[in-house]
Amino acid sequence: MAQALDEIKIGGLGSSRKRVEDDRFLRGVGNYTDDFKLTGMLHMEILRSPVAHARIKSINTAKAWQIPGVHLVLTGEMAAQHNLAWMPTLSYDTQPVLATDKVRYQGQEIACVVADDPYIAKDGCEAIEVEYEPLPAIVSPQQAVAADAPLIRDDKEGQNDNICYRWEVGDREGTERAFAQADMVSSLSLHYPRSHPSPIECCGSIADYNPATTKLTVYMTTQAPHIIRTAVALVAELPEHMIRIISPDIGGGFGNKVPVYPGYVASILCSILLARPVKWIEDKSGNLISTHYARDMYIRGELALRKDGKILATRIHADTDNGSSFSDAQPSKFKIGLFHSAFGCYDIPYGYQTAQGHYTNKAPGGVAYRCSFRITEAMFFQERMIHAAADDLGMDQAQFRRVNLVKDDQFPYRTPFGFLLDSGQYEKCLDVGLDAIGYDEFLREKEQARSRGRRLGIGISTMSEPLGAGNSREYDILGIKMFDAAELRVHPSGKAILKIGAKTQGQGHETTFAQIVTHELGIPAADILVEHGDTDHTPFGMGTYASRSTPVAGAATAMVSRKIRAKARKLAAHLLEVSEEDVEWELGRFYVRGAHDRGVTIQDCSMAAYTNMPDGLEPGLENNAYYDPPNLTWPFAAYIVTVEVDPETGVWDVLRMVAVDDCGVRINPMIVEGQIMGGMTEAYAMANMQFMTYDAEGNCVGSNYMDYLLPTAWETPGFELHEVVTASPHHPIGAKGVGECACVGGPAAFVNAVLNAIDDTGVRNIDMPLLPDRVWEAIQYKHDISGAPPVKTG
Amino acid sequence: MYPSRFRYEAPRSLDEALDFLRVYGDEAKVLAGGQSLIPLIKLRFASIELVVDINNIPGLDYHRQESDGSLSFGALCRHVDLEHSELLRRSQPTMAAAAPLIADPIVRNRGTLVGSLCHADPQGDWASVMMALGGEIIAAGPGGRRTIPVSDFIMGPFQNALRPGEIAVEARVPAPKGAVSGNYLKLERRVGDFATVGVAVALETSGSTVSRAGIALTGVGPSNIQATAAEQALVGSALNANSIQQAGRLAAEAAQPKTDHRGSAEYKRHVVETFVTRALGSRGAVAA
Ligand SMILES: Cc1cc2nc3c(=O)[nH]c(=O)nc-3n(C[C@H](O)[C@H](O)[C@H](O)COP(=O)(O)OP(=O)(O)OC[C@H]3O[C@@H](n4cnc5c(N)ncnc54)[C@H](O)[C@@H]3O)c2cc1C
Repeated sequence: MAQALDEIKIGGLGSSRKRVEDDRFLRGVGNYTDDFKLTGMLHMEILRSPVAHARIKSINTAKAWQIPGVHLVLTGEMAAQHNLAWMPTLSYDTQPVLATDKVRYQGQEIACVVADDPYIAKDGCEAIEVEYEPLPAIVSPQQAVAADAPLIRDDKEGQNDNICYRWEVGDREGTERAFAQADMVSSLSLHYPRSHPSPIECCGSIADYNPATTKLTVYMTTQAPHIIRTAVALVAELPEHMIRIISPDIGGGFGNKVPVYPGYVASILCSILLARPVKWIEDKSGNLISTHYARDMYIRGELALRKDGKILATRIHADTDNGSSFSDAQPSKFKIGLFHSAFGCYDIPYGYQTAQGHYTNKAPGGVAYRCSFRITEAMFFQERMIHAAADDLGMDQAQFRRVNLVKDDQFPYRTPFGFLLDSGQYEKCLDVGLDAIGYDEFLREKEQARSRGRRLGIGISTMSEPLGAGNSREYDILGIKMFDAAELRVHPSGKAILKIGAKTQGQGHETTFAQIVTHELGIPAADILVEHGDTDHTPFGMGTYASRSTPVAGAATAMVSRKIRAKARKLAAHLLEVSEEDVEWELGRFYVRGAHDRGVTIQDCSMAAYTNMPDGLEPGLENNAYYDPPNLTWPFAAYIVTVEVDPETGVWDVLRMVAVDDCGVRINPMIVEGQIMGGMTEAYAMANMQFMTYDAEGNCVGSNYMDYLLPTAWETPGFELHEVVTASPHHPIGAKGVGECACVGGPAAFVNAVLNAIDDTGVRNIDMPLLPDRVWEAIQYKHDISGAPPVKTG
Repeated sequence: MYPSRFRYEAPRSLDEALDFLRVYGDEAKVLAGGQSLIPLIKLRFASIELVVDINNIPGLDYHRQESDGSLSFGALCRHVDLEHSELLRRSQPTMAAAAPLIADPIVRNRGTLVGSLCHADPQGDWASVMMALGGEIIAAGPGGRRTIPVSDFIMGPFQNALRPGEIAVEARVPAPKGAVSGNYLKLERRVGDFATVGVAVALETSGSTVSRAGIALTGVGPSNIQATAAEQALVGSALNANSIQQAGRLAAEAAQPKTDHRGSAEYKRHVVETFVTRALGSRGAVAA
């Protein structure tokens, strides 16, 4: 008898095979952008503005030009001659490459110096003299709309205020009717502070324009190389086939490496002007101060409630602080991303949302930091609001959620904003979590501890997140539809190479995508090489962010594998000398129906594809697939945190953290768990310390790692992970996105837990970060703490 | 981050190092652990003609108990040596408590106690510890050696009492006369962060009477602050709830905190009081 293949052993679906990437990373032999050294390569450094808002009176570069070893000093004026002083953003606005008229945020790019080495380039930057005429700085949406606010974007024709968009979605009248019928209305206002994705590797590029071939090759830190190629073609007016973007190993992205940055564009322009490769590697402060931030949103909203706990409607308004450009990386149809996914996991018939965007003198951004387009803010508000409403109703936190969660038999469930939740077992997830934490017991323990002066608290966050854009009908970025592609070549010996349009920044695509092929074809994962990140050698794709790789590129991988299997079946029939209809498939092998022993392996078929194909069949065994998902995937999560608060110092410690994730079928459970732990760490960080703020002059507080706090292994709590599996009904292998869930849903669980620990104080809200001084002040004065931490001195 | 050009020397003897300092005067900087100096150079906050790296000078990495019972720490004794020191665990609880709270493990691997005192960062932890212990610095220079109490050595933010051409070669903690106990409590937003508030407490007792008290504060003033009134409130009587409370209050009064992104002045003052009270309380002070 032919032995059936053990899918786990050969690294297929469900196998926690070790990450193939790790070997080179751990040995220090990865290849990051900065590792490439090209012949004749020069180095570029950027001069940044020390002030937030000022008119540029003059830029004098004479002294910089005189430094031996300096090849080029590029200013905005020179870039303008090539029509490159400004560039488009991902939200149909513009952003300066190098400032010409004004500076609009601290850290803005003023000029570049290209020199023999980066030390000289930096000396060159220091030698540039810039005269600024200071203007008042706007550092919040509230200031942006004040009557006497200076106009930040005076470069834009017809722009008479500091508002960059207005947005409205949902059923206003239906919602108003529901509110009129409510027994009570619960409301909450909060601020989700500005944060920065802060990948450990900063941004950088090496532009290599070859005047002989006219080919432009750019090595760069991008999560979306194919979109960059098209964008460069359109912006720089270069022929697209003569542009090659290579995105080598990337040291973390988290959304920060989706946009096009001035440094990339400047290095390309410098390479074209000098006809030599030009390398630009950003330093940490440059990355934190100028590249795209996330969040910074003021949200107020209310719930229409029935006495029994049923939510009848939601009404929300959001004010976003967009910095100096409207440059959210988001599908073009939506002005505030998928913020209207808020409250999606609850069965609420009506909802209405408005939003307004504001220009301020802060770095632009609005990237989806480990999040699918403003979903983090949506879910944070949702779960903070749910917590407050349960307290207002005097209802148990778990019970209130249970009453309102979408029930298993309601799927597919259409939300009032038009989303279609694909599948889930929401209550089951909640129950697994409550069980794991010992919910009732903890509530008793909390009461006992309170009587001894100790403050314990528990916080819950449940949410479903729309992941995996498109479909292409609704989702596009700058008009390019959000599908993805995969190309698979099976070599004669049965080894294969898979090429995808997505691009890993640490998620482990080279490991998991091979597993999908293994699941579909039975080729051992170790025999499959996954290639990505080189636009000349991989099929088009929208890139990796918004947890879309597995839902979209992963689906394309399954589909192309199925095409290969269909052709292999023809070859098998030929080899087995039976008709195709009589051929059966099991993992890795075709056999004759009714005669299981008479079979050929997938490797036999691949060899035949090059050596022994039937007449009339095209040789070879390769194909590609473009996948346009029918819907988003909707993972669900229940996060439960317990804390103890020290009322004398405001310090809080996490006692336990339980995560229950239902992300559908898990391809590599170990990688999934790693993603959840990473997301949880960031959730903890957001709640506790990781934020960026600005003082009244517009100075960025958070432009280095002494001020911008990332948690270390020391303070990061341990996480207890649990799973529920509800396969996505529309994804070829039932998988859903997962990379961001914990980062999106986690923060509210921590904040809810701290507020629960001080629930006798009447404090309704402490805005993140819950730094000890803020928690202490809330307890001491029994008042809410709102807004970004003020930065005053004195 | 790319510094501007500077000259680098790594002498193999103290005399050679002193020679370089004599020639270059103010334009030269000593490099010990480099954990404060290198960031300054890379950020181009400090432009320096010559860096004199003392890491190749043998015999400076010790910390030991001298025959008179005092403790001495060479200029290349690193934070990590103190973190793992059996000697400190046995005999100097305030220092033993502080060592693992300095920065993060990577910084502790290189940074030095003496370098930290020389750097005189108002948020440096060691200066408070040394003030509470009545520590001293031994400086070597063109005019020979001299001893400077740490409370005089720290002259202000980032200012020490070294004269041009001098190197701090050793830090010392005088021999205790009574039973030693103490602690260092630090509130930090995250491991590796400078103190929002740090409190060093060092006591010597004979019988139940406090014979010497040292209390110094980190992060709540333009420099580390010695809370002299609080110290005096403890000396001469046994520790009790009253004297502890009073010391806490007096220490809070001695603090000169400022409101910044680590917290309000009021909050920091409150934490000083809480920490002094806790450090003196039955569970706070660790006996040697
Ligand atoms: C990320 C980070 C976090 C930190 N956190 C903390 C913290 O929580 N608490 C804390 O106390 N410190 C902290 N530090 C500072 C750290 O402890 C430094 O090691 C210390 O301040 C300086 O010691 P060093 O040996 O590295 O000195 P260096 O950086 O080598 O020198 C610092 C200064 O002192 C001078 N100097 C050094 N040695 C001598 C000498 N023997 N004679 C004369 N002059 C000398 C140098 O010229 C220079 O001006 C942190 C540093 C970093 C980078």
